[in-house]
Amino acid sequence: MTMPFYAPPEQMMKDKADYAQKGIARGRSLVAFRYDGGIAIVAENTSSTLRKVSEIYDRIAFAGVGRYNEFDQLRIAGVRHADLKGFAFSREDVDARSLANAYAQSLGHVFTNEFKPMEVEILVAEIGLEDDGRGDQLFHILYDGTVVDEDDWVVLGGETEEISERFEEALPDAPRSLADGVRAAVAALAGPERTLSAESLEAAVLDRGNDRRAFRRLTDEEVAAILEA
Amino acid sequence: MSLPRFGPHDDPGPDFAALLRLTGAGPESGPLGAAAQHPQAPPEIPHGTTCVAVRYDSGVVLAGDRRATAGHLISNHRIEKVFPADRHSGVAIAGAAGPSTEMVRLFQLQLEHYEKVEGTQISLEGKANQLGQMVRANLPAAMQGMVVVPIFAGFDTASSRGRLFEYDVTGGRYEERDHAATGSGSLHADTVVKLGFRPSMTRAAAVDLVLDALYVASDADSATGGPDPVRDVFPVVAVIDADGYVRLDDAELRRRTERLLRRHRTRREGEGGAS
Repeated sequence: MTMPFYAPPEQMMKDKADYAQKGIARGRSLVAFRYDGGIAIVAENTSSTLRKVSEIYDRIAFAGVGRYNEFDQLRIAGVRHADLKGFAFSREDVDARSLANAYAQSLGHVFTNEFKPMEVEILVAEIGLEDDGRGDQLFHILYDGTVVDEDDWVVLGGETEEISERFEEALPDAPRSLADGVRAAVAALAGPERTLSAESLEAAVLDRGNDRRAFRRLTDEEVAAILEA
Repeated sequence: MSLPRFGPHDDPGPDFAALLRLTGAGPESGPLGAAAQHPQAPPEIPHGTTCVAVRYDSGVVLAGDRRATAGHLISNHRIEKVFPADRHSGVAIAGAAGPSTEMVRLFQLQLEHYEKVEGTQISLEGKANQLGQMVRANLPAAMQGMVVVPIFAGFDTASSRGRLFEYDVTGGRYEERDHAATGSGSLHADTVVKLGFRPSMTRAAAVDLVLDALYVASDADSATGGPDPVRDVFPVVAVIDADGYVRLDDAELRRRTERLLRRHRTRREGEGGAS
């Protein structure tokens, strides 16, 4: 019987974390922020069919960065979790916090027990029932299952420090309009050397003004109009 | 509740009913499935009855009365049998009230679940087939008296027109060109619709026609409820066109119902029948 080489647990965890972070850093980033009518998510995404931002439930949206097939699996699992819960109980019993915890459990389990960690970072956003946005929630979940409850805005993906710095500077104080927020997000994602066109962006909102299903994608034309203004 | 995840071999895909089966939360463990294990018909349970649908120039009108009966008793005066299925389609259901509403809930979720998982909508034809499969799955319960027979109506965004589908107890699906009816009063209601139907009717004419049809059905069928201006109970009427499913508000229904009743009264007086 052969003995495996000994590797200290600290080293194993660090190797896994490095591996996951590298994978995430290879992809494009995204920004989510609160605005006066709800929550907006803006992602850099050249594909118009492989989505990073999607609808989970009436007032809940999902966004992922990193490896597409992995966060898309998580997205579908989230839709299933929410729809099953809504069917078993009622629509108002489906909430982002419980979904974020389920994601954290699943990601944490994969990180510690499986050979390869998931190379993803995900966001679960929910708009509250009050018009003043008090119930809005942004949960940022990392590859190892760490959950961070963000207050006003969040950046996911690689180069988050640079993007966060630029975004914080450009973002007007709350309450801000959707257009102001989107312009700040696009400028932060692009950085000083690039400009991003509407075609290379994916944007969606959870709009308090919508009916039951608050999620809505912004079309390229809408984004272009905001950027030109 | 943990995150439901599946391997590539048992993944239910965008099918919510299959997901329910796999997670053990499906209707097999609820009233629909339970019926299959009991050889006897259940005691008298609430039944909803008459629904009609009419195609007009830019969409479809779907309507249902508000009465539920259990045997010879009226069990509910305000039950609703017409529901939105999604943005551009709706269902009207006649039959055992419990299994009917459960089927509608499952159907609505099935469409929304598919749309969210796949990122696209099912075609109108696909939605009609999905509902047919659900009716067929209810056949064991139907054999014991818990029949569910829906009408499915929608605006087909691909061909820009309203479409109607009727079903039988076995899940058989039949597309109707102009109008459809289901439930105990459907014979009377359908006759009124048949006589009053004109190709390319306006929305207003189609709404008046379905109200008349339900009124006449309630006059002949004890399980169909007529309009009740005293308690402010009117049929549920929904129109589905390019802008989507809209349920008419009670103010409009009251106005149209009062006009309908006046018309019937004038006709009787004209014939010298008033006493």
